[in-house]
Amino acid sequence: MIEVKNISKSFGDTQILFDVSAKFEQGKVNLIIGASGQGKSVLTKCIVGLHEIDEGHVMYDNRDFSSFNNVERREVRKEIGMLFQGSALFDSLTVLENVMFPLKMFTKMTKEEQVERANFCLKRVDIIGKNDLLPAETSGGMQKRIAIARAIAMNPRYLFCDEPNSGLDPKTSIMIDQLIKEITYEYNMTTIVITHDMNSVLEIGDNIIFIHKGENHWQGDNTQIMRTDNKEVVEFVYASGFMRNLREKIINS
Amino acid sequence: MNIFEHIGRYFLMLGGVFSIPDNRKVFWERFFDEAYLIIIKSIPLVLFLSFFMGGVVTIQTASNMDSPFLPEYTIGFITRQSTILEFSPTIITLIIAGKVGSNIASEIGTMRVTEQIDALDIMGVNSINYLMLPKILATTLFYPFVIVISMVMGIFGGWFAGVASGLYSTETYVLGLQFDWDMVEIGIPYALTKSMVFAFLFTSIASYFGYYTKGGALEVGKASTSAVVTTAIAILLANYMLTQLILI
Repeated sequence: MIEVKNISKSFGDTQILFDVSAKFEQGKVNLIIGASGQGKSVLTKCIVGLHEIDEGHVMYDNRDFSSFNNVERREVRKEIGMLFQGSALFDSLTVLENVMFPLKMFTKMTKEEQVERANFCLKRVDIIGKNDLLPAETSGGMQKRIAIARAIAMNPRYLFCDEPNSGLDPKTSIMIDQLIKEITYEYNMTTIVITHDMNSVLEIGDNIIFIHKGENHWQGDNTQIMRTDNKEVVEFVYASGFMRNLREKIINS
Repeated sequence: MNIFEHIGRYFLMLGGVFSIPDNRKVFWERFFDEAYLIIIKSIPLVLFLSFFMGGVVTIQTASNMDSPFLPEYTIGFITRQSTILEFSPTIITLIIAGKVGSNIASEIGTMRVTEQIDALDIMGVNSINYLMLPKILATTLFYPFVIVISMVMGIFGGWFAGVASGLYSTETYVLGLQFDWDMVEIGIPYALTKSMVFAFLFTSIASYFGYYTKGGALEVGKASTSAVVTTAIAILLANYMLTQLILI
C-alpha cells in the first residue's frame, strides 16, 4: 500500500498541491483523475520522488520514502514499475533489450535467463516476434505494451501508469486497461493510474481519487462515482450529454 | 539561472558522475561503445581536417618568409611547432567539440524530454552516472590518441603541400622537423595534457546542458547550441590557463 499524508508542493510562488492525503491500496487499480492542470501528474511525480515535496510524507508500505536519501530511494524504486505517457522506451535499444534492461542492471541472471524472462513478459502483453525491432518501428499501442512488459520485468510491488490511454484508439485503450487490471490482480501490486479516460474510470477504477485545484476532492470506487452528487466530480465525469443521460438512467434504475 | 548557479549545478552533477556504477559490466560495455562512437568515429574527420590544416600552415609560412637570413628548414620547424602546440590540441578540439558536444547534448536532451531519464530514475538507476561517466571517461582517456593522429597527419599534410608545390625538398622539411628537438619533448606532454582537459570539458559540459534540458524539441536545439558555445569558451579559457601553467 502507498499512503500520502498531507503533502503540499509549490513551484516558485505557485502552489500546486494543498495538503493532499490519500491511500492507494494493494491489489487494486487506484485511479487519479481530474481535469488538466489540477495537479495529478505533480502528485504522481511527488509520490515517486521525481519532485521533492514541500510538506508531508509519502509512505511505501510504512516506509517513509520522503525522508529517504537518494541511495535509499533507489532501493525502493527497484520495486517500482512505471508506464510513462509517451512510453519512454530507450530509442537505441531493441524491444527485447528494453525489457531486459532492468534485469541486466539489477539482477545476477545469466543472459539466457534474462532473455527468457523478457520473452515471458513480452508474451504476457501479447508482443510476439517483435524482439529485434527498435521502438520507433512499432505502433503506439505496441510501445505501451512493451513499456508495460518492461515495467513488470522485475516483478514490481508498485506500478504507476501515467495516462496509459493517451493517443490510442478506443479498442487498444480498452486492451491496455484490461492488461493493467489483469496484471494488478495477478501480481497483487499497488497500481496507480492517472487518467482522463472515462471508460477507464468506469471499467477499472477500484479506488478513484479526484484531484481538483490541487486537493483530494473526492474519493470512491467506480460504482460510487456513478451515483455521486459531488458537483465538481459530476461536471468532470459527466461532461458529455451521453454520459449525463447514462447517469440519469443509472440513478433512475 | 545565473552563471554561478550553472557552475554550482555543474559541479554537483560531477559529484553524481564520479560515483560507483550500478553495474560494472554494463558500465564497461557502455565505455567501449562510447569510445567507438565518440573517438573512432571522429578519426576520419580529424584526418581530413589535420591534413589540410597542416598544408595551409606550411604554405602560409613559406609564402611569408622573405628574409634571406631565415633558413628554409624553418618552414618545417614552424609547421611542427604550431601543429603540436596549438592547431592539433586546440583548433581540432574546437571542431570536434562542436560535433561531439552537440551530439551528446541533443542525445541526452532528447532522453530528458521524452522521459527516458525519468524512466531510468524510476528504475533506481543513477542516471547521471549511467549516462555520463562512460562518455566522459572514454573520451578523456582516448582523446589524446586522436590528437597524436592529428599531429602526424598535420605534419604529413605540411610535407605534402610543400613538396607538391615545389616550395622545398623533403630533406629540408625533415631537417626543420628535427630542429630543436627539446621543444618537442616539452610540447607533446603539454599538448596531450591539454587534450585530456579539453576532452573532459566538452563531454561534461555537453552532458550538463543535455541533462538539464526542459521542454521539447526546441529546447533540445537550444541546449545543443548552448553546449557548443559554452564548451568553446571553456576550452579557450582552459587553454590560456594551461599554457600559462605549463609553458611559462
